[in-house]
Amino acid sequence: MRLTEEEQAMLAGELGEPRRWAIGHQIAVGEFFDAEDFVPVSHAHIMADTESLGEAGVRFLQGLAAAPEAERRVRVPTITDPRGIDFATYRRLGQTPEMAALEQRAIEALRAFSVLMTDTCINYQTIIAPIRGEHIAYGDTGVVIYSNSVLGARSNFEGGPSALAAALTGRAPRYGYHLDACRRGTRRFRLIASPGELSEWGALGGIIGESCGSYWEVPVIEGVETPPDGDALKHFGTALASFGSVALFHMPGITAEAPGFAGPPPVATDIGPAEIEAFIARYAAPDDKLDVVVLTAPQLSLFEIAAVARVLDGRRVHPETTVIVGTSPEIKHAADRMGLTSRIEASGAIVTQGICFYQSYAREMAEANGWTRLMTNSAKLANIIGGYGYRPTLASLERCIASAVAGRVL
Amino acid sequence: MPILLRCHKGIGPNVTGTALVATDNFSARYDLDRKRGVFSRPNHKLFGQSYVDRILVFDTAKGGVATAWMLHEMVARGTVPRALIFNRVNPILAQGAAFGAIALVDRFDGDVTRIFRTGDDLRVDPTAGRVEILNRDE
Repeated sequence: MRLTEEEQAMLAGELGEPRRWAIGHQIAVGEFFDAEDFVPVSHAHIMADTESLGEAGVRFLQGLAAAPEAERRVRVPTITDPRGIDFATYRRLGQTPEMAALEQRAIEALRAFSVLMTDTCINYQTIIAPIRGEHIAYGDTGVVIYSNSVLGARSNFEGGPSALAAALTGRAPRYGYHLDACRRGTRRFRLIASPGELSEWGALGGIIGESCGSYWEVPVIEGVETPPDGDALKHFGTALASFGSVALFHMPGITAEAPGFAGPPPVATDIGPAEIEAFIARYAAPDDKLDVVVLTAPQLSLFEIAAVARVLDGRRVHPETTVIVGTSPEIKHAADRMGLTSRIEASGAIVTQGICFYQSYAREMAEANGWTRLMTNSAKLANIIGGYGYRPTLASLERCIASAVAGRVL
Repeated sequence: MPILLRCHKGIGPNVTGTALVATDNFSARYDLDRKRGVFSRPNHKLFGQSYVDRILVFDTAKGGVATAWMLHEMVARGTVPRALIFNRVNPILAQGAAFGAIALVDRFDGDVTRIFRTGDDLRVDPTAGRVEILNRDE
């Protein structure tokens, strides 16, 4: 890679150990992907939950954070993805004081870099929405695909170490979705009828994601006549990224860019209600005892929280079922202020902030609580959670809540 | 006479080990029980099998950014694959390999899930962009 004088100084350690580590890591990744140089980024977003970090990752962060303040301070505004622990609810969820202690150490280390602890995977809804053409270094696949696609910003998937590196250097290796050449469509889909429920938008993302199956595919979805709202595209994008590792899609006339195809337009694959219904049916488990309903992944927007409160009003969650409603600290505070949290919790449901369930020791929670059957309206969560020992069922919000009240999958 | 295969320049140290191959994809978060060192996702083709110290050969990476931290954590835990071979990876696998100092290569001529077989003894040289199959000649 071509390095500027400043980048060479970082690599030589002249700007301190954190920036030396950071640029060295970025060069290794950049050269792997044939990046020619670096591009300045305006923000970074770090995924650093303690289940992923483990003791080893937390020690790594603490080691870098021990550098002098001028050497460890991030160079661009830097925020965080959901954590592993919500200190207000972790005991009720069966998480342990040891997990909370590890979380506290990670938080203190990240704060030492001047990272802003937003603890959210919906920062584009709650903190700041990136601008078309803006180069950023975001973690969380759902955040990246929404920012790239709906908003036209430019980021690769930056995992925790790489997002921290970008924060410390103020730049990212220029490859992948920083480049025009990678942003053209490679696959073509045509929607026969737009989904309604958020679970169906997630299912659509799952279908297209499974079909693409690669970070380097860019699906173009035609036939979306009425603009979906931000929550619909949030669920669509997160599922597309989860099932397919896809980081960019285009919906001509709706999303930020319409760069055309990389070659001759490919033949379109039609997707309609039958395909979406069949996708959801894969997770069906009628009449199974229901252990836990999880409404998050991504964290819920204010509008989604209001919808949960409306559906739960006047109802009582079955004593053998747990309902977890996850959102960001900003939305939690708003929900508290607007009376939404108390309406939801009056039913027996738990509202969490700053976590996103699957990033929160999901296996240990299952073991501690005896949970197996999980119901959710998030296709992303349904995809992830099987590896943690759960049997997921995907359904609309209304059906999830009705099942939670009944204590079995309806 | 070992079989020599060329690939794109990779990441991590030179290693030798035994291949575990599947026509499937990979994510540390989605697919693994990292405490027991086995594939734990029921519909993964290697469900129930140990991945520890094996050279894993897959098509590509799955969604999720956690693998970037998790490979490093798996090294500390002693439940880590010896190397990773893919047709083409996403940035997360490359970032995780760079951070965890694990051998990773991709971009061969041909499909790695057909080139390599479970049980092959492999020597992986990421810097040179080459992999040798040591225990067969065709």
